[in-house]
Amino acid sequence: MEGFGRFTLDRAPRGGLVLVAADGCRIEGVVPVRPFPVSGPATMVVLCDSHGHELLCIDDLRTLDAATQQLVSDELAHREFVPVVTRVEQVYADTDPSEWQIETDRGRTSFLMNDDDTDVRRLGPHQILLCDTHGIRYLIPDIRELDAASRRILDRYV
Amino acid sequence: MQRGESPLAWVIVDLDTSLCYETSLIVLTTCRVVSVLAPKETDLSDLSGPSGPRSCVCDWPLEAIDGAQAQEQGSLGRLELCGPGGPLHLWRYTIGRSSLVHRFVQQLGQMRRPDRSASASAGQMAMVNCPSCGVVLAAEQGVCPECQSANGKRAGTSLWRLFEIAKPWKWQVLLGFLLMVASTNANLIPPYLTRPIINNVLEPALRDPAHYGFHQAWWYLFGLLGAASLAWTVTWARNRAVASASERISAELRHRTYQHLHTLSLEYYGGKRTGDLISRISSDTDRICYFLTIYLLNFADDVLTLLFTSVLLLFIDPPLAAATLIPLPFIAYLVHRARNKMRRGFAFSSKAWSEMMSVLADTIPGIRVVKAFAQERREVERFQKVNQGVIAANDRVNKTWAIFEPTISLLTNFGLLIVWAVGCWRVIHGPVRVGDLVVFITLISRFYGRMDAMSRFVAAVQRAGASTQRLFAILDRVPSVAEPIRPVHRERLEGQVEFRGVGFHYGTRPVLQDLDLSIAAGEMIGLVGPSGSGKSTLVNLVCRFYDVTAGAILVDGVDIRSFRLEDYRRHIGIVLQEPFLFYGTIAENIAYGRPEATRQEIIVAAKAARAHEFILRLPDAYDSLVGERGQFLSGGERQRISIARALLIDPRILILDEATSSVDTETEREIQLALNNLIQGRTTIAIAHRLSTLHRADRLVVVERGRIVEVGPHRELLASGGTYARLYHAQFEGQMSARSDGAGSILEEERL
Repeated sequence: MEGFGRFTLDRAPRGGLVLVAADGCRIEGVVPVRPFPVSGPATMVVLCDSHGHELLCIDDLRTLDAATQQLVSDELAHREFVPVVTRVEQVYADTDPSEWQIETDRGRTSFLMNDDDTDVRRLGPHQILLCDTHGIRYLIPDIRELDAASRRILDRYV
Repeated sequence: MQRGESPLAWVIVDLDTSLCYETSLIVLTTCRVVSVLAPKETDLSDLSGPSGPRSCVCDWPLEAIDGAQAQEQGSLGRLELCGPGGPLHLWRYTIGRSSLVHRFVQQLGQMRRPDRSASASAGQMAMVNCPSCGVVLAAEQGVCPECQSANGKRAGTSLWRLFEIAKPWKWQVLLGFLLMVASTNANLIPPYLTRPIINNVLEPALRDPAHYGFHQAWWYLFGLLGAASLAWTVTWARNRAVASASERISAELRHRTYQHLHTLSLEYYGGKRTGDLISRISSDTDRICYFLTIYLLNFADDVLTLLFTSVLLLFIDPPLAAATLIPLPFIAYLVHRARNKMRRGFAFSSKAWSEMMSVLADTIPGIRVVKAFAQERREVERFQKVNQGVIAANDRVNKTWAIFEPTISLLTNFGLLIVWAVGCWRVIHGPVRVGDLVVFITLISRFYGRMDAMSRFVAAVQRAGASTQRLFAILDRVPSVAEPIRPVHRERLEGQVEFRGVGFHYGTRPVLQDLDLSIAAGEMIGLVGPSGSGKSTLVNLVCRFYDVTAGAILVDGVDIRSFRLEDYRRHIGIVLQEPFLFYGTIAENIAYGRPEATRQEIIVAAKAARAHEFILRLPDAYDSLVGERGQFLSGGERQRISIARALLIDPRILILDEATSSVDTETEREIQLALNNLIQGRTTIAIAHRLSTLHRADRLVVVERGRIVEVGPHRELLASGGTYARLYHAQFEGQMSARSDGAGSILEEERL
């Protein structure tokens, strides 16, 4: 967190965040980015300005005060859309791209998947990420927690 | 040999002055140089002994010698001994001897000028390199043990060598074998039981229906059921045991081959096509596994069945047994004859197949070039040609096969005919009963049925043999860049690099000659010169992708061949013209050289390489997947990732091989800024065609036709008006005119 000393974050009226440095300098349009959104801990966050240049890197979000933490987490939540898969209903794999029907924490949906080899990404021993043709990702945090029918379908891919 | 005289060095040259093969031995002793003409190379061992036969041609006292010179041209070399008044003698040799000749010249030079760092020369004297692989050897050793043992290994038939690999699983293999004997026996019970059914139940029942009924058959039927269940269990266990053992053996073979492949130098890969190597590791090992589980198992089963059947038949009726087994040797002979024909055929077909694979591996990655040059039609034709080759090769195999298979069927039928004929005669006239004949027919027709499969074993052996041979061809290859026997260990290198009389041949083509250069630790050297002048070879030698053929490269005063390869290369960072990204995330690619690096370290490296911000803009940031060739990243972005990769390992010696030549000027500036961070405090050797990229170099080294022609800082070289000045002006004028032709704005700051 070099360069800014003690800083505070505020919500900007038009969305995004405002960073106020120790010397009172205000930077608007601050965007939090997680450098390791898939593999890394959720606590590592980089704050960038509106041009994508890094302002500062927060190694651990938990070192900040509760209000700022909440602010960054909320902003991240607005920007990230990774539905968590709760059930795999059916996969039509005969066609290419394959069609998936799933149930997520955000409701039921279906999507197309281009390449079964690369778009079913294994993140950990039991963690899986699905990626559809538009680049939207669906997370399976622990395959063991799915029902037997879903696991049977997924077995073909992992 | 005179009193007090002892040999110091020797070399064998293999041509005479008129370039005919003739072997002579040149020995350097403490007081003279002796040249001995030998009728045969094999006699040389005697000549070196004190009492051996000798036909001493000539000798020169050391005082009369000024030095020696060795030079190669094409595949020939000349070694000249010079005195104060001019050349004393000339020897010629073929290129294979050149490294030994150069070493000899070096040793002679050290004898003549002993003042030149006595300690270094003493060290040099004691060190001899293995002529075939370059390992540093003890003074008396001629060839290193590695090369010798490899030569010896080749003698055995390749398939037998699988045993060596199978050793760790010997108990499993033994268990499989025992289960096989058991299952063979279990499978013989049912046919044998038909004998008492016919002789004791059916025959009496036909003769005397009143006293014999179905109830008498029950026991035999239960026996048959029991035998079937037993056979099922034992065969199941056998299949499990053998399959798991052979799977492990082929995996081990795959592992060893792949591992060994990684020890081989780039020289090996230069001469091989990727498709061929891939198919050796994938399909050849698979074929061996298939052979072990299916063919070898069945064949062993068949041989055992034959043995047990023969015993059984002889036990029932020896004359009939003799008639049954007579056609066997004849068939065995036929099998043997076909074997030789099949062997060559299969080798051809396997080669044709891998040639086809090579074409695929060649064109599909290069598809952009193919399309750009509209060569699709030609590529299809090229593929069709090798495809035709596959047909031709397989036709050959099939032709032999076509005649082989029906002949065996015919012989089988003849064999059965004999059994029927002799059997009928024996039943009518002799002691043989109908049940006995049925057992004979069942057993032998079952066996003849297997004869077909047994003959297929010939083909399988050939196929598997060819596969094993291709694999062992890799395994037997001695790495030309070899690990030293007594490695020198340094925890930390300073990065001082010295080239001492370095020469290198690629095949018979001399690429570098007589190179002397000393680079201080932390210095940046720019290598300049036309393409093909040997710049890339020079850095490849520093990386030990190849080993020098003459002279030595020293890092911190130690010959780099004395370090363990892994230890040494850990200190070297390299950024290539075409950065190669592996399939994986960006973070994994950056941490390739140091997988244990923390996320913070990866970010720091990426920041220094000016890659951090563009990475953050990617949807998955550092977790973004990049393909084999990093398709969705631009050339500059890929290059910056590879710079971060080099930065992360914090190397002492840094090699930049045309790191910026494949990108535009804007990107180059971005990369240049990243490189400036990278070269900070490291010994850097940079190759660049664009001379402007070398403006930070402390010294520029101009290489032309494998020799250093100029060394010095930019200004000095420019002022001297030599090769560098010529190159510089040519390039700079080119840029100027290109700019004025284009936008018309000339950027003055672009100048150095």
